[in-house]
Amino acid sequence: MPLLEINGLTRRFGGLIAVNDFNIELGEHELVALIGPNGAGKTTVFNLISGFYQPSEGSIRFKGRDTRGLRPNRVTSLGVARTFQGIRLWGEMHVLDNIRIAQHYRLGYSLLDSFLRTKNYVTREKAIDAIAWELLEAMDLKDCAFELPRNLPYGVQRRVEIARAMSVKPSLLLLDEPAAGLNSSDVEGLIKLVRWIYDSYPVTIWMIEHQMKVVMSLCSRIKVIDFGATIADGAPEEIQKNPTVIKAYLGDDTI
Amino acid sequence: MQKHFITIGLFVLLALITVLAQAGVLSPYHVSVLMFMGVNIILASSLNLVNGYMGEFSCGHGGFMCVGAYVSAVCSVLMFSKNQILGAPLLPPSLALLGFPLSLLAGSAAAAVAGLVVAVPSFKTRGDYLAIITLAANYIVISAINNMEIIGGPRGFMGMNATEVAMKGLADIPWVLMWVMAGTVFTVWLLRRFVSSTLGKGVPAICQDEIAAEIMSVDTNRMKLIAFMLSSGLAGLAGGLYAQILGYVNPQSFDIMRSTEVMVMVYLGGMGSLSGATLSAILFTVLMEALRFLGVWKWVVIPLLLILLMQFRPEGIMGNKELSDLFPKLRKYYSFK
Repeated sequence: MPLLEINGLTRRFGGLIAVNDFNIELGEHELVALIGPNGAGKTTVFNLISGFYQPSEGSIRFKGRDTRGLRPNRVTSLGVARTFQGIRLWGEMHVLDNIRIAQHYRLGYSLLDSFLRTKNYVTREKAIDAIAWELLEAMDLKDCAFELPRNLPYGVQRRVEIARAMSVKPSLLLLDEPAAGLNSSDVEGLIKLVRWIYDSYPVTIWMIEHQMKVVMSLCSRIKVIDFGATIADGAPEEIQKNPTVIKAYLGDDTI
Repeated sequence: MQKHFITIGLFVLLALITVLAQAGVLSPYHVSVLMFMGVNIILASSLNLVNGYMGEFSCGHGGFMCVGAYVSAVCSVLMFSKNQILGAPLLPPSLALLGFPLSLLAGSAAAAVAGLVVAVPSFKTRGDYLAIITLAANYIVISAINNMEIIGGPRGFMGMNATEVAMKGLADIPWVLMWVMAGTVFTVWLLRRFVSSTLGKGVPAICQDEIAAEIMSVDTNRMKLIAFMLSSGLAGLAGGLYAQILGYVNPQSFDIMRSTEVMVMVYLGGMGSLSGATLSAILFTVLMEALRFLGVWKWVVIPLLLILLMQFRPEGIMGNKELSDLFPKLRKYYSFK
C-alpha cells in the first residue's frame, strides 16, 4: 500500500483551475520534489493534502484512508506535517512552546486533568517536554529554546519550523519552499538538515522548491507541474533534459 | 517551602481580611469595596482568556454575567426564600452552606451554556464580525430578561438576602465576603492552570496564527469552545456573587456599560497576562472609589486615562508578561507553570 495516493485531483476556484487531474503515488521513505513555474498550483496541492482546501474532484488517500472532508488538525494527526512558504511560527511564544504545541493531537489528557494536575497530566507533560528537548538537541536549537521566534535569524526560524513539523512525528513531511529567502550558507545547512532528517527518521519528504541546487542534490524523483497539470515526472537527470520542462521554464525557442 | 510562600501568604492575607471584617475594623463600605474588587478580578481575568489570550474581541461579557446572576439568584431564592411567584423555600435554612455554592454552580453552568451563542459562530467568524455577535449576545440576554415578568422584568429581582441570613444563622461570620474571596482565588487558580498547560497554550496559538495552529494539529474548534465557555462560565460565577453582594439585580446593571468596564480592565492590565488582569482589576476598583469625589466627572477622567495609556503604553501595564517575567526574583517563590 502506498503512503500517499492521489488520483485525478482537481481544484477549481471559480473559473480558474488551480490543480488539474493531479496524480501521484508516494511510498514509504522517499525524497521527492514538486517543481513548476510560479502559479503552477504547487502550494494548492499541499493545501489540498493538508485539508486546508477540499478537492473539487478526485481522491486523496493517506495510508489507505480517504482524507477528504477531514479538518486540517485531523489530517495532521494521521501523520502529515508541513511547513509554510512564509514562516508561520507563533511569534509571541518561545521556541520550546512552539514545539510543544505541535504535539496537541496526542496530549493524552483532558481539560479536567489540566485543572487538577493529575498524575496522568504530569506524566504526559513530561513526555511532551522530553520529545521537544530531544528535537531541539538533534536540530541544534537547544540554545534558543527560550527565545521568541521573531528575534531569531531567518535561517534559524526555518529550522525551528521544520523542528516543529517533526514534533508531529510525521510519516509524510511536506516542505513548502524551505530554501526561500535563505542565503547560500543557510541553503547548505538546509540541505544537510533535510538529508539528516531523511536518514534518521522513517519519513517521506515531499518538497516544493525553486532552487535547483536543493532539488538536484536531495531528491531522487521530481514531479513538474504547470498550470495545474503534470508535465513531467522522473529522476533528476531526465527532468533536466526534458524539453517540455525547459519550455515551461524558459519559454518557446521559436519567438 | 519557598514555592508555597505566596500561597501561604495569600491565605494569611485573606484570613486577616476576614478577621478584620468580623471584628468591625473594616467598615461595611471597605468590605463592599473588597467584594467588588473580587468580582472585578473574576470578570477581568475571565474576559482576558478570550480578549487577551485568544485575541478575539468579545464585548458582551456583561451578558454572561447577567445569566449567571439571574440563574444563581433564582436558585438561591427558590431554595431559601419565600417568594410570591416562586413559592415557599424548598430547603431548610440549615442547608444554606450547601445550597449557596450549588446556586453559584448553577449560575456558572447556565452562563457557560449561554457562551455557546458566541462559541459556535466563532468557528467560522472572526475579528470584528465576531465582536458584533458578542454585542448581539449581550443585547439578547438583557432583552430576554427585561421581558420575563416572572423574575421581575426591568424592575429587577430580589430576595437573595434570605440566603445570607440563613448562612449567618449557622455562624455569624462575613459569609458573602468569604465566598467572594473563595470564588476569586478559584478563578485565578483555574485560569492559571489552564493557560500554562500545553492544552491551554493552544489558545494563544490560535491568536498568533490560526492557520498554523490548525495545521499543527490544534483542534481550533475545541479550543474556542473551551475558551468561550470557560470565560462565560466564570463571568457567570462573578454574576452570582455580585447578585448575592447586592441582594438585588436588575438587567440594566449588566448592559454594554458593564461589558465596557471589564474590557477597560483587561486592556489596562495587558492582554494575555493573568497577573496583569488581576492587578488592573484591583487598580480599577480602587481608582473608581478614589475618584468618587469627582462625581460624574469620574467618567471623563477614567476614559482620559485610558486614552493616555493607549498613547504611551498600548500593550497595557503588563503587556503579555507575567509578574514572574518582569521580576525574575519572584521565580523563587512562584513559577508560572
